[in-house]
Amino acid sequence: MFADATASDTALRRFLHGLPGVDAVGLEARAATLGTRSIKTTAKAFAIDLAISMIDLTTLEGADTPGKVRALCAKGVVPDPTDRTAPKVAAICVYPDMVATARQALDAAGGRDVHVASVATAFPAGRAALSVKLADTRDAVAAGADEIDMVIDRGAFLSGRYMQVFEEIRAVKEACAREDGEDAHLKVIFENGELATYDNVRRASWLAMLAGADFIKTSTGKVAVNATPANTLVMLEAVRDFRAAGGRQVGVKPAGGIRTAKDAIKYLVLVNETLGDDWLHPDWFRFGASSLLGDLLMQRQKLTTGRYSGPDYVTVD
Amino acid sequence: MSEMSGKPGAHTRLSVLKTYKLFVGGKFPRSESGRVYEVTDTRGNWLANAPLASRKDARDAVVAARKAFGGWSRATAYNRGQILYRIAEMLEGRRDQFVAEVAAAEGLSKAKATAQVDAAVDRWVWYAGWSDKVAQVVGGANPVAGPYFNLSTPEPTGVVAVLAPREPSFLGLVSVLAPVIVTGNTAVVAASERAPLPALSLAEVLATSDLPGGVVNLLSGRTAEIAAPLAAHQDVNAIDLTGADAELAKELETAAAENLKRVLRPSAGDAGGEDWFADPGTRRMLAFLETKTVWHPMGV
Repeated sequence: MFADATASDTALRRFLHGLPGVDAVGLEARAATLGTRSIKTTAKAFAIDLAISMIDLTTLEGADTPGKVRALCAKGVVPDPTDRTAPKVAAICVYPDMVATARQALDAAGGRDVHVASVATAFPAGRAALSVKLADTRDAVAAGADEIDMVIDRGAFLSGRYMQVFEEIRAVKEACAREDGEDAHLKVIFENGELATYDNVRRASWLAMLAGADFIKTSTGKVAVNATPANTLVMLEAVRDFRAAGGRQVGVKPAGGIRTAKDAIKYLVLVNETLGDDWLHPDWFRFGASSLLGDLLMQRQKLTTGRYSGPDYVTVD
Repeated sequence: MSEMSGKPGAHTRLSVLKTYKLFVGGKFPRSESGRVYEVTDTRGNWLANAPLASRKDARDAVVAARKAFGGWSRATAYNRGQILYRIAEMLEGRRDQFVAEVAAAEGLSKAKATAQVDAAVDRWVWYAGWSDKVAQVVGGANPVAGPYFNLSTPEPTGVVAVLAPREPSFLGLVSVLAPVIVTGNTAVVAASERAPLPALSLAEVLATSDLPGGVVNLLSGRTAEIAAPLAAHQDVNAIDLTGADAELAKELETAAAENLKRVLRPSAGDAGGEDWFADPGTRRMLAFLETKTVWHPMGV
């Protein structure tokens, strides 16, 4: 379909730079307007449960221990022990060396359908040789990761070496192959905060989709600017346009800085208004978050009991 | 210009009316609901529009109070005392304003309003002094039959919802607020429904007295409307029902039982049953303290 665009370095550059520019003011205004929608009662209850089922419950700290990962898995399977009707999260997101622990803990807790996502490719900086990145990826896949969150080489992207980024994504995608024939899903992280412009976010989105990404993800959560409604909207539009132009359906994952149910619902409104029902499913939209789940549960408790809940009634992490 | 031409130098000033706002998390927001209500003096003359806080304002206030609790409860007693004393200093500087507001709100003579404001400032000072003494009065070393120290110390309860008495509008407010925060609690206060202006002005004093944002949050509006979500709120640890009538107080106490809030009931009789000018004693401070007791080995 897009074979011409990726035929050579020049063709790829011409294609990416031929994408229409983003009207930054209009984009931010639209994202802000959609954020003012009032979602109440049954719609809110639906949105909260949908948001919980879309969470990639994440712990990416140097201080992660197997115990912490196991606790997180237990929480992902039964988010609210006082109310078993709360849905499970979509996935647990950990570093590669914790994948086996997470898989084991999820299975033990009755969460076979909860995926394990692993960051790889020298997350979060991505500053390592390709061979190291590929080994990192294979390692995580072999340990049982269902999803791989890779970071693009921002240095190469910003200096215009698009083909290098493209081929790297391709290579990682190949490294996601599993023996049973089903590939681990590949999420490609751009780190929007480092890409500087919305035009770059749009180019990176197309680049990743052309290279075979199953999901595109805003950021690592490790820099000052992470997911914002505006930069997520650019990616949602890119995903929409890619399918409209004959490409596959690609998922989107905003990550970092989404902490409240209100924020999460704003993102769901963006998805619904930009992409429609097709994407309102954990297979096609995810939240990368850790503290978000607590707030969603507090809001959920408020809806079921009528009383405002508090942080004493959800787990600390 | 024509009406000014008669007398050179004299000109009519446009009146600058004050917009009274809520005080939440150290900021002065309007009500989330956008509503206001008319506040009148005792004769029914319009004084100002005050924000009519909604349950969401109450919720936001609790979030702010919870956020502030860690820092305020860990601050040294000395530091808290200094800040409370600073508030008294600031009140003293704006005495005339409070006298005018109290007089208008309650239909008092200037002398009576002055007496109330003076009593309120004195009460801040009095409570400020208690910050590093209350532990000596209600805490201490307990006698035990073993080689241990057994020490009890009072600790703040947490986020306290306070329904300020309807009258006296200013002295009453100070008398219920100061004992809550001096020991390290943070407060969400529903001001007197009929006379909220002195409370909303007090917020301006609090904001300029080194008091960390969120330690005191002031809401104006219908007491019953604000109090209901506060009493049921799972993240509020105690509620002072002084400003509620008997019927409302019963309802709120029932809701408060859900998460075992500490409840301070209104004094017997009607809400005017308390003599606000009398020595308050330590009752209000002690109502919102938890006693922590630790055993500690004496060593060899």
